[in-house]
Amino acid sequence: MFFNYMVALNPIAFVNALPSNIAQGLVWGVMALGLYITFRLLDFADLTVDGSLATGGAVTVMLTTSGCNVWVALLVATLAGMAAGLCTGVLHTRFGIPPILAGILTQIALFSVNLHILDGSNKAISVDKYALILSSRNVTAAIITGLIFCGVLIAIMYWYFGTEQGSAIRATGCNPAMSKAQGIDNDNMKLIALCLSNGLVAMSGGLLSQFQGFADVNMGRGAIVIGLAAIIIGEVFCDSVLGKKANFAMRLSFVVIGAIIYYVVIGIVIWLRMDPNDLKLFTAVIVAVFLAVPYLRAQQKNSFKMAGKKSALALKELEKQEKKEV
Amino acid sequence: MLKLHNIHKTFNLGTINEKVALNGVNLTLNEGDFVTVIGGNGAGKSTMLNAIAGVWPIDEGAILIDGVDVTGLPEHKRAQYLGRVFQDPMTGTTATMQIEENLALASRRGKKRGLSWGISAGEKKEYKEMLKMLDLGLEDRMTSKVGLLSGGQRQALTLLMATLQKPKLLLLDEHTAALDPKTATKVLELTDKIVAENNLTTIMITHNMRDAIAHGNRLIMMNEGNIVLDIGPEEKKKLTVEDLLQKFEDVSGQEFSSDKALLG
Repeated sequence: MFFNYMVALNPIAFVNALPSNIAQGLVWGVMALGLYITFRLLDFADLTVDGSLATGGAVTVMLTTSGCNVWVALLVATLAGMAAGLCTGVLHTRFGIPPILAGILTQIALFSVNLHILDGSNKAISVDKYALILSSRNVTAAIITGLIFCGVLIAIMYWYFGTEQGSAIRATGCNPAMSKAQGIDNDNMKLIALCLSNGLVAMSGGLLSQFQGFADVNMGRGAIVIGLAAIIIGEVFCDSVLGKKANFAMRLSFVVIGAIIYYVVIGIVIWLRMDPNDLKLFTAVIVAVFLAVPYLRAQQKNSFKMAGKKSALALKELEKQEKKEV
Repeated sequence: MLKLHNIHKTFNLGTINEKVALNGVNLTLNEGDFVTVIGGNGAGKSTMLNAIAGVWPIDEGAILIDGVDVTGLPEHKRAQYLGRVFQDPMTGTTATMQIEENLALASRRGKKRGLSWGISAGEKKEYKEMLKMLDLGLEDRMTSKVGLLSGGQRQALTLLMATLQKPKLLLLDEHTAALDPKTATKVLELTDKIVAENNLTTIMITHNMRDAIAHGNRLIMMNEGNIVLDIGPEEKKKLTVEDLLQKFEDVSGQEFSSDKALLG
């Protein structure tokens, strides 16, 4: 039976699907870049993204199908995402709601908002009718477009987080007490970062809806986990390839590479005929493992169990010596 | 330069943990005053500094810095007038950012942070010279992450950051308490140097009576949320640790409780 299973796996099918996986990875790379702003730079686990990704997709599809230029539609989608980020930011900074809860509140509110935008639960958009920026119909072009998007965004982010304002955001995320003492308004920095982050996430949603040919109210479900997977996989690879030398632009590049790796891995498990229903479970396990490994490694070097073993050995030695002396 | 008028602050009002931390503090500092502050645990030393820095709003009273009423300003807005160094060396600097980035952040204290580059080439040269003055070898490690530095190095860097933009008032909250004695001495020497060079108005809290006597031109003692002793320049020159202990007993009716202050 195993033999039959192996024979039935067609390598060509995998190779054929690979470009599409890479293109999807690049589109999600934009999302992961956005998430990086909150998760890594601001130290804020922002669950808004599950909603704002779908908002971006919904706005792009609805505006484009109603005759709007697709670039303008994508811009408006990005602005809509920024508004969503602002909501979370206001809930957190002005009303004192903890970060995770503030994100969940916006996310759940966006579900209704997205249903209204889509006027239903999903809406198709055909590349035959509209001049879309990218589409799964032409994967090579989609990969090139995705590369350009990620490249430009990385350049912009590299510039922005080197400016006075961007540095202030990083300081807020790393040491809020210090940044306050240096006259930085932490609350405003959080608002700006949440806006920028969700803007990128919505832009990614806009690109994704074009790539897959539809927007769906559920398209953002679990987005944060996919984004985290991209960030964490990218960081692990970055550290093993470049070590501590990696600068900010390289780290961002590896976040995008992480997203691509993630979708290639997903391509592999689908090729191995994993039940698609199990994909989210699989993603969660991957992220949990990648998050747990550094922790467990540190624990291994510094655990009570280890200390106990060493002390037992030392005591045995001591006993031996005492017996000899007697 | 600084005027505290009748400052009151009570924590956890109306609960079982109610604590009157500041009970009508009055203090006036002239330009160039370097005041050391001593007092037992819970006397209100750090609370007074936090009140000045605007960590939380005070209940009553007024705080004036250089004639400006700052009582209603939040912490980040008061920062334009203040340089601060904290007890914990981790608090004053950002670990994941480079030494020069930390300095650049500090040099923009109180200014608008726009979209120009966070650090200019000219600044880098300037910082290099300043770091040389610290004599810790940091001038060759400008792009190292601050997290790699020792506590003493971080405290010295924080001190430099606090004074990069000349502050109206420098607040030092037991900034050498977490350091080993040798490093503490070095940071204190550096403090004296920077304060003297810039003629900074300074408040320094310390647990160490000898340091309190050796540094600055004025000494105040706090007890139960108020200033109970204010010693001016002339008297301070003749002051000994024994005098101080005696005075503490006289005003508080109890023996000085901190061993650290006696042994240090």
